[in-house]
Amino acid sequence: MHSSLWLSALITVPLIGALLAALVRRHDRRSYTVAIVSAVLELALAIVVVVLYSAHVAGAQTFDFAGRWVVAAPFGLAYDVAVDGISLFLVALSAISLLLALWGAREQRREPSFVAWMLLLTSFTMGSFLAHDVLEFFIFFELTLIPCYFIISQWGGAQRSRAALKFFTYTFTGSASLFVGLLYLGFVHQHQAGGALTFAYGALSSTSMSHGTAVWLFVAFAVAFAVKSPIWPFHTWSPLTYAEAPTGGSVQLSAVLAKLGSYGLLRFAVGLFPLAFTTMRPILMTLAVIGILYGSALACVTPDLKRMVAYSSLAQMGFVTLGVMAGSKIAMTGAVLLMFNHGIITLGFFLIIGMIERRRLSYQIADLKGLQGPAPVLAALFTVTMMASIGLPGLSGFVSEYLILIGTFSVHAWWAVVAAVGVVLAALYLLWAYQRVFHGRSDGANSEISDASTKERWVLVPVVILIVALGVFPRPVLERITPSVQQLLTHVAPAGVSK
Amino acid sequence: MTVAIPQIHYLALAPVLILFGASLALLVASALTRAAMSTRLINGVTLLAALGALVSTFFQWSFVAHHGATTTVAHAIVLDGFSVVASGTIAVGLAMATLVAHDWSIRERLRGADYQILALASASGALIMTQANDLIVLFIGLEILSIGLYVLVVLDRHRATSAEAALKYFLLGGFASAIFIYGAALVYGATGSTNLTSIAYFLGSNVLVHPGLLYAGGAMLLVGFAFKVAAVPFHLWSPDVYEGAPTPVTGFMASIVKVGAFAGLVRVVLSALGTQLNTWRPILWVLIVLTTVVGASLGLVQRNVKRLLAYSSINHAGFILLGIWAGTSRGVGATIFYLMTYVPTVVASFAVVTLVGGVGDDMHAIEHYRGLARRQPWLGGALAVLLLSQLGAPFTSGFYAKFSVLASVVDAGSGVLALIALLAAAIAAVFYLRWILALYSDDDIEATRIEVPRATGLVIGLGVVITVLFGLWPGPLAALAQHATVLFTP
Repeated sequence: MHSSLWLSALITVPLIGALLAALVRRHDRRSYTVAIVSAVLELALAIVVVVLYSAHVAGAQTFDFAGRWVVAAPFGLAYDVAVDGISLFLVALSAISLLLALWGAREQRREPSFVAWMLLLTSFTMGSFLAHDVLEFFIFFELTLIPCYFIISQWGGAQRSRAALKFFTYTFTGSASLFVGLLYLGFVHQHQAGGALTFAYGALSSTSMSHGTAVWLFVAFAVAFAVKSPIWPFHTWSPLTYAEAPTGGSVQLSAVLAKLGSYGLLRFAVGLFPLAFTTMRPILMTLAVIGILYGSALACVTPDLKRMVAYSSLAQMGFVTLGVMAGSKIAMTGAVLLMFNHGIITLGFFLIIGMIERRRLSYQIADLKGLQGPAPVLAALFTVTMMASIGLPGLSGFVSEYLILIGTFSVHAWWAVVAAVGVVLAALYLLWAYQRVFHGRSDGANSEISDASTKERWVLVPVVILIVALGVFPRPVLERITPSVQQLLTHVAPAGVSK
Repeated sequence: MTVAIPQIHYLALAPVLILFGASLALLVASALTRAAMSTRLINGVTLLAALGALVSTFFQWSFVAHHGATTTVAHAIVLDGFSVVASGTIAVGLAMATLVAHDWSIRERLRGADYQILALASASGALIMTQANDLIVLFIGLEILSIGLYVLVVLDRHRATSAEAALKYFLLGGFASAIFIYGAALVYGATGSTNLTSIAYFLGSNVLVHPGLLYAGGAMLLVGFAFKVAAVPFHLWSPDVYEGAPTPVTGFMASIVKVGAFAGLVRVVLSALGTQLNTWRPILWVLIVLTTVVGASLGLVQRNVKRLLAYSSINHAGFILLGIWAGTSRGVGATIFYLMTYVPTVVASFAVVTLVGGVGDDMHAIEHYRGLARRQPWLGGALAVLLLSQLGAPFTSGFYAKFSVLASVVDAGSGVLALIALLAAAIAAVFYLRWILALYSDDDIEATRIEVPRATGLVIGLGVVITVLFGLWPGPLAALAQHATVLFTP
C-alpha cells in the first residue's frame, strides 16, 4: 500500500464513521459503537503510520512523499497529504484523544450527533496536520471550527452559547488574516514563477520576497495561530470556552486543537517566511514568556479546575512557542515533544475533572474538599498527571520542558531564565489546587463520592502509560522528531539563525 | 422622413424576447379568458419560458464561442460571454423562483397571473441590463426590472406591511432612477455619447481637461446602482422591503435584481469608464467597507429572518463589489462566479423561509425555527447547508465565491480591503450560526409539521445540490465564469 493512502485513510475513516453515526436514530447505542469502532480503527492506522514512518528516518525529504491531486485548478486547490517527524506525533495524539474523549465523555454517548461531530472534528484535525498544501491546510483548519462550535454550543455548560460564539469569532478573525496572507503569498509566487496559481508547500517555501513582505506575511499567519494556540494576549477566549465546553469538547480543544496553532506557527509561519524569523523571534519569545508567567499566575487564583487547566495550558503553550521561536534544534525538538506531552497531560486533566464533575456536579474548587479519602485511585491518577505537568523528572513533562529551557538558554539565556520561573509557579498552583481538592476532611457530599470505576480507570491507563513511558524512554520519539526539525531549521538557517 | 431600422440579431435578443413574450401572452390570455386560468397552467408557461430562455443562452454561448462577441440594434445591445452567463443565471433564478411561487400562490389562495406576468417582465428587464451597451438601454432595463418589482412587492394585498414596503421601495427606487438618468446625462455631456463602447473609446483617446462633469456623472451612476444592489449607505429601503414583500418576491428580488444590477455595474464601471478605474476605486473602497461591515453588524441584532437575510444580502453585495473593485479579468470572473453560486443558494433559502412563514406569510421570527432540524432533518438540514454556504464555509459553493472575489482583490493589490471584508464575514458568520443553532436547538416549541410541497421541495433540493456539488467540484463553474470574461468585449 502506498504510504499516502494510509494518510488519506486517517482522514476518511472518521469521516465515514461520522456519516454512519449521524444516520442512526437518537438515543440509539449503535452510533456509539460505530464511533468507538472508527476511533479504534483510527488509532490503529495512526500506529501503522508511526511504525511505517520509522523507515523514513534515514531519508531527508520525509515530508514530501505523496502525490498531488489538483481539486480545483482555478483556485489552486489541491489535495496533498504528507507526514514528517513534526506532524507524526500530533497525528497520533489526535487519534488517542479521539478514542479517550469518546470513552470519557459518558454523558453524550447516546447522542448520535455528538459522536458524529467528534469524529468529524478528528477528520478535520487530521487533515490539517497532514496537509501539504497551504490552502488545503487552511480549509481543514477552518472546518474544525464548525464541529467545535456545535459541540460547545449544544452540550456545553450554562454559558455555552456565549462561549461558542466567542470561540468562533476569535478564531474566525484570526483565520481571516491567515487567509489574506496565504492568498497574497500565492500571488507573489505566481507572479514570480508564472504558471497556474498554486499553494503547494514546497513551491511556496522557496518564494523569494523582501524582508518587509516576509514580516507582514509572518504576522498575518502568526495572528491566526496565536489565537488558536493560544499565545498571550490572544488567549482571552480560551478560559471561558474550555470551562463551558463539555468534557469531550474541552479535551479536543486543549489537547488537539491548541496544537494546530503551534504546529501552524512552526510549519507555516516559520517554515514559509524564514526571512521574518529573526525579526519576529524576540517579539514572539517575549509574548511566550509573558504568557507563561501570566497563565501561571492566573492559574493560581482561578476558582475552578477547568479554568485552572485552561490557564495552565496558556503557560504550557507559552513554553511551546518559546521552543519554536528560540531557533535552536534542541528547543524546537522539545517544543514538538511538548505539544504531544501537553496533549496527553491535559487529556488526563480534563478526563479526571469530568469524572469529578460527574460525581459532584461542580468543578469549582470551593465545592470540593478531601476527595482523597473516598476516592484514592482518582487522587492517584490526578497526582501522576499533575506531576507530569509540573515537570517531575521521570515523567513526560520534564523531558520536553528541559529540552526547551536548555535549548533556549544556549541561545537566549534571559528568556529561558524568566521562563523557568513558570516551572516553579506550575508546582505552586497545581499542588495548591491538589491540596484544596483532595486533602483535608471530606464532608457532606464530598465524602460520599465513589472512586474511579474500573472503566474510568481503563480510560486513564493509556494516559499514565504514555506519561511514564515518554518520561523514562523518550528516545524513539525524539529520534523521529529531530531529523525533521533539523531539516526545517536548515531551511530557515540561511537567514541567520544561530545554532 | 424615414426611420432607419437598425439590423437586429434575434439570437442576441432571444432570452429577452422569450420572457417578455411569455409575459405578454399571459397578460393577454388572462384578459381574454373569463374564468381564472389554472395556477398550474400559468406557472407551467412561466417555467417553460424561463427554461426556454436558459436553453437559448446555450445557443448564444455556442454562437459567441464560434463567432466572437457582437453588438446589435445599432450597437445598443451586446452579445458576449459575460451577458450569456449572466442571462443564464437569471433564467435559472427565475425558474426556481417560479416553482416556489407556484406553491405559495396555492397556499395563499392568490388567483390570476399577476405574479407571473410581472416576474417575467422584471426578469426580462434584468436580462436587458446584462446585455445593455448603452446607458439609455441600461436605464430602460433598470426601469422594466424595477416597475415590475414595485407592484410585486404589494402583490399580496392581505398583508398590511406590503403596502408600506412597496411605497418605500417605489419612492426610493424612483429617486435612484432619477439620479441614474441624470448621471447618464452628465456622462453624455462629458463624452458626447451614451454608448458604452463609444464612451470607452472617447475616454481612451482623449484627455479630459475638465473631468468634473464626467466624475459627477459617473458618481451618480454609481449611486443609482448602489441603490439597486442595496450598498450602504443606500441600503435603507432593503430591510423594510425584504420584510414587507411576500417571501417568494423577496427571494426573486434578492437573486435576480442583484444579477441584473451587478452586470450593468460591471459594464458601466469596467467597460465604459474602465480607463478611469483609479478614480472610482476609492469610492468603491468606501462603499465596500461600509456595505460589508454595516450589513454584517446590523444583521446581528435582527430577530426577523427576512430582515436578517436583507442584511445578509447587503453583506453579499459588498463582497460582489470586491470583484468590481479589482477591475481585472479575474475580478470580473469572480463577480460572475459569485452571482452564479449566490442565486441558487439565496432562492432556495427564501424557499425554506416561505414554507416556514406558513399561511399568511408572517412566521418569520427566528424562534419559529427552533428545533426545525430536529423535527424535520431534511428541511432543517437543507437550510443549514444553505446558510453555511452564505457564511462561506468550505465544501460549499459560497466558500469558492468568497475565495474568488478575495483572491481577485489581493491580486489587484489590496490585502487590507480583503482583510476588512473577511472580518465582516466573521461578524456575519455569527448571525448565520445563531440561526443554525436555533435549527438544532432542543427546546422545541409546540410546532406543527411543515408540509413541503413538491415544487418548493424541488427548489430547495436543487439549491442544496448546486451548493454542495460546486462546493466540492467548483472547477467547471469557475472555468465557465473565467471563460465568460475572456469573451467580455464591449
